[in-house]
Amino acid sequence: MWTQIVFGVCAAGSVATGVAVFRVDSMARATFALLASFLFAAGTILLLNLAYLGVLVVLMMIMEMVVMVVFMLMYMMNPAGLTPMTMVHNQKGSLAIAGGVFAALAACIFLVPWPTSGQPRPADPTRALGEALMGSKMLVMMVLGLCLFATMVATVVLATHRGRYDRYGDALRAKRPDDPVRGGLDR
Amino acid sequence: MTLQEYLLLAAALFSVGLYGALSQQSIVMIMMGLELMANAVIVGGAAFWYFASPARPDGQVVVLVAVTLMAVDMAIGFAVTTAIFRRRDIDVTDSAADLKG
Repeated sequence: MWTQIVFGVCAAGSVATGVAVFRVDSMARATFALLASFLFAAGTILLLNLAYLGVLVVLMMIMEMVVMVVFMLMYMMNPAGLTPMTMVHNQKGSLAIAGGVFAALAACIFLVPWPTSGQPRPADPTRALGEALMGSKMLVMMVLGLCLFATMVATVVLATHRGRYDRYGDALRAKRPDDPVRGGLDR
Repeated sequence: MTLQEYLLLAAALFSVGLYGALSQQSIVMIMMGLELMANAVIVGGAAFWYFASPARPDGQVVVLVAVTLMAVDMAIGFAVTTAIFRRRDIDVTDSAADLKG
């Protein structure tokens, strides 16, 4: 009974704040609406006895959205929401596509006979997850690690303003770096 | 709570995210739409683990993959935004339509 009520509140809150992300007037508000949506969704995960994954989502999303707010204020127009803001293209088409996708998914959800499990749930799901990641699902863990490492390298490369090839030429043979201003070590 | 209710929530989150990713002009807002879609995958994966196959942790692994995807997506998205903003002062997708066929 109580879990049903909590689930209903979390589900409705998650979708409502998710919609609010694209309707509020400022980027900062949109980011915090997105954070609220993630927290409500994490609430529904916690209801499924997934304590570790639920808390992981909560902590990660708080960090991620706080970082995102900084980028929002850096890049976006109207960060304070003092004036109305709409930045959309092809809104009707997008609404039609999103509505169609939702209708199709909802139809599938209620038409497909989903499998049910008679097996008992593990007493400690986190332990089962950890053992799987260090055993049968090791490949997933390794690929994830590789992806994260590639992301670190790629973000640094993309965010570099002037790298050594800009400063020392394509073959890195220039005697002196081609810098807009002089200064620094050995120059 | 049933599997259908959870999947309906996931479908709603996915559709809202899809609408955002298709309709928004600002690159950062598009990333928010993508994050909402990944959030739907998290809810769906957790629900499948709990209702359909709790004995195998595959659903939990899917959640972990989706969480990692969200982090990677944010990091790369902001790096690309930084790069294109620095080079051409662009923060909306309509100004970066060079590859449009």
